[in-house]
Amino acid sequence: MQEINNAKKPLIVAFCCNWCSYAGADLAGSSRLSYPAEVKIIRVPCSCRVNPMFVLKAFQRGADGVILCGCHPGDCHYTTGNYYTRRRMSLLFSMLDYLGIERERTRVEWVSAAEGAKFSAVMNDFASKVASLGENKRLEDLRCKE
Amino acid sequence: MQRIESMMIEKAKALLSSGEVNRVLGWKKGELGFDVEPCVFTSEDSLKDFVYNAFCGANLSKYLVGETKKEGKILVFLKPCDSYSFNQLIKEHRINKDNVYTVGVECQGKVDNSKLKENGIEIVDGVVETVEEVTIKANGKDYAFKKDEIVLGKCSVCEKKLLSYDEVISINEKRTPSIDRFEMVKKLESMTADERYAFWKDQLSNCIRCNACRNVCPACTCTKCVFDNDNSGIASKANSDSFEEKMFHIIRAFHVAGRCTDCGECSRVCPQHIPLHLLNRKFISDINRLYGEYQAGEDTESKGPLTNFTKGDAEPSEVFGGNN
Repeated sequence: MQEINNAKKPLIVAFCCNWCSYAGADLAGSSRLSYPAEVKIIRVPCSCRVNPMFVLKAFQRGADGVILCGCHPGDCHYTTGNYYTRRRMSLLFSMLDYLGIERERTRVEWVSAAEGAKFSAVMNDFASKVASLGENKRLEDLRCKE
Repeated sequence: MQRIESMMIEKAKALLSSGEVNRVLGWKKGELGFDVEPCVFTSEDSLKDFVYNAFCGANLSKYLVGETKKEGKILVFLKPCDSYSFNQLIKEHRINKDNVYTVGVECQGKVDNSKLKENGIEIVDGVVETVEEVTIKANGKDYAFKKDEIVLGKCSVCEKKLLSYDEVISINEKRTPSIDRFEMVKKLESMTADERYAFWKDQLSNCIRCNACRNVCPACTCTKCVFDNDNSGIASKANSDSFEEKMFHIIRAFHVAGRCTDCGECSRVCPQHIPLHLLNRKFISDINRLYGEYQAGEDTESKGPLTNFTKGDAEPSEVFGGNN
């Protein structure tokens, strides 16, 4: 049992917008492009649905990395949603960095519905970066750990 | 400054007796001399407790959110930093402008009460103020301080001017700050991530979740706050985990990002002396750097930086400042 725990893979939460990135993940799957199984996707109607609290809650509940994926700026299904996301997340991630939380644990990527290959590449890259950082210690909630 | 106080009382009496206003929002003297508190005066008699001196650091604009909903006009005295908060609240439609009469008052920096104790002052008998100096009478003698030694952190970097007023009371004496307000933010940014983490862990672990920073903040005016939600896991109680400290302070600062006028009330009221303004200033400095210089509360019309965008905004990956 101990060994299994030691070999624990990082948990990654990916917020994907319904219209582009979630479909991009779908395309990655149907194109048989693999991405790490530790990436857990949460579908949101638009990337701007993601409240800063969601990101922190993900870390609280044991995520080691959080990635936000949305339509490319200008392609938002709701016209402007991802422009707001871009500003909000720039500030939030900069703040997390300011508090000393490793900046590789957070990322925003724009992935369209046609970019299955990009989705897979981004997730592989992000997962390996987070894995090299190890477990999230600086923004963890001990009560949420087993 | 003593002259200003008597001019203010005169003004308040005149407006009360003419019936122009039926209440006056100002500062009331406390029992220990330095513990001045915000107060609504309803009669000319009650104005005998009215005070305006170096201890009147409290920002009165937030009280207007509730007060302007009541019957009749209220007179309010606004210091330069308060006038920014006032404008910001007008912009957010939180204050009914028809129900308020604003008088701008000059300010030469307010005393940081925690520095009194450090100097052995427990009870203040009187205070005399000039532009660069404060003399505090206590323990039967006079303590003279240079302003820079004793004023609040927010005052030592203050460049604010009076923005919003129906009338102004001034004797045209203004201090000019000597310190750059982003100095400490820059210093933190230039540290490594480990050092920053250690710094904030040290600071935020002092937090007792008294919610004073939230309650005093003129930008925090939601009638129902996210932190009042029992299901939030961090509702109005002492932290049981280091995560809560960070979560609370990140979200508190984020919710006022782009609306924070940097009035410094959060740090002033913190019983644990956590430099909370450094979180707000980080957002302000990022906003200035990424989206152009912006001062919340400078006007009552323009869009705030987080409710606005341009097509060429920086990508989140490009924004990190400082070393890693």
